[in-house]
Amino acid sequence: MQTLLGAIINGLALGMAYALIAVGYSMVFGVLRLINFSHGSVYAFGAYMVYFFVSLKVGLFPAILIAIVLSGLLALTIVKLALEPLRKKKSIPIATLITTIGMSFIIQNVLSIDYIFGSEKHGFPSLNLFAPIVIGNITIQSSQIIMLVVAVVLLLVLTYVVQKTKIGLAMRAIQQNSRAANMVGVNVNFVISFTFFIGGACAAIAGALIAGYYGIISPTMGSTIGLKAFAAAVVGGIGMLHGAVVGGLVVGVAECLAAQYLGSNVRDPMAFVILILILIIKPTGFFGKKGITKV
Amino acid sequence: MLKIENLVVSYGPINALKGISLEVAQGEIVTLIGSNGAGKSTTLSAVTGLARAQSGSIRFLGEDITNAPPHRIISRGISISPEGREVFPALTVHENLRMGAYTRKDKEGIQSAYDRVYGLFPRLKERMEQVAGTLSGGEQQMLAIGRALMCEPKLLLLDEPSMGLAPNLVTMIFGLIESINRQGTTILLIEQNANMALSIANRAYVLETGRIAFSGDARTLLQDDRVRSAYLGTRGAESRKG
Repeated sequence: MQTLLGAIINGLALGMAYALIAVGYSMVFGVLRLINFSHGSVYAFGAYMVYFFVSLKVGLFPAILIAIVLSGLLALTIVKLALEPLRKKKSIPIATLITTIGMSFIIQNVLSIDYIFGSEKHGFPSLNLFAPIVIGNITIQSSQIIMLVVAVVLLLVLTYVVQKTKIGLAMRAIQQNSRAANMVGVNVNFVISFTFFIGGACAAIAGALIAGYYGIISPTMGSTIGLKAFAAAVVGGIGMLHGAVVGGLVVGVAECLAAQYLGSNVRDPMAFVILILILIIKPTGFFGKKGITKV
Repeated sequence: MLKIENLVVSYGPINALKGISLEVAQGEIVTLIGSNGAGKSTTLSAVTGLARAQSGSIRFLGEDITNAPPHRIISRGISISPEGREVFPALTVHENLRMGAYTRKDKEGIQSAYDRVYGLFPRLKERMEQVAGTLSGGEQQMLAIGRALMCEPKLLLLDEPSMGLAPNLVTMIFGLIESINRQGTTILLIEQNANMALSIANRAYVLETGRIAFSGDARTLLQDDRVRSAYLGTRGAESRKG
């Protein structure tokens, strides 16, 4: 019973961090109908920037702030450099998709250049900022509590932005009919850039939280987690903010339970087992609706 | 007010507009009629910046707006109620209208625009919190026009406002178009229902495969044999093109 509870708490904390990455996939898909596979690398880049600025002794929180801004700017660069030119040429969607995969490899490989960070793993400052909380046999690390609280707060802020602000309204309008949004005077490119920036910033925060929990970073850290978060976004219903949260939690809890009861080898595949099951049972995800294609 | 000169627009190898010129003066209702594929919607798309002009110019209130981005054109005072309505289906009626005022920043102005639109279309006020996808066709048409009015345009472009509506609704929508015009908004109207369009318009242009075939006073064109046979379906077996 106690191990079960422990695994669930583990899973919830990790799941919220996944959700933070998953919203990046979801929001970008909302405005562009594109799976942005460079997102996982932006997450890794975020963690590396925290690591780098901490090593410059600017302090952990300033380092995280700088990393957030830089990751947002990296995501913005990807849009301006690679995606916008393709959109202008009205190239086929698959070309854009492959471009994002290419961008992901470029970022990953730049990080692993010897003179930059190198391909080996680095230690990351722990986010266990206060003493763990012990309830009976269950120990909850402070990094897990921080992960949970920060992610919940950020997701609430994001929900507010999407539901209550003008730019959020524009994001939803673009999602439903980008032509009409253009027609009423929305600068669609600006909204897309904004969405990428927010997604990149969230990924950096998730990078800091998850790296602070495991205490380790590597250039490829974004590939598995990026795919898991993508799975989470699809499981919840891509394009839906709350879908990404529920998807993240389901994936997080499922993999912690699997690691607890089936062995740690089963941990990583869980996200994809759930993904496949969902695609068979309800292809639109928990909250997804069937898309209406307008002519 | 609006002056289009020798406008050419192509989609790939196809010339949709082969050099048209037209003018809309302040306070007028001008209608563009013509069969499917004549280039009516393309003309409006070019005016709103959604279709690229290969050559020619579009001037609005003396300023060149050819190929300007749509959000700039709307801020200058041109808005459109597009063909097929294109409302945002999962946004509420109120949010749809808010989108219409997207380029505005003046709170009081936006509030008075809501009041004006809800005054014109009481039905929309009743359905304020309903999502647009659940509205009837007529209500969606009202919403599309209302959304276009939210930025208080100087020139309102209407693309097929009567399409797919029951006859009594068509009469009602045309009545509203006239009253919007009387309130001071200049209107450029595209209609398949040429009879209706000519009866409320001051002037009309007849488009045929990307060219202006002829133009003139709407009342005169309503009596013109060429127009009557081709677009009003008043001669023998010749039916109006759908």
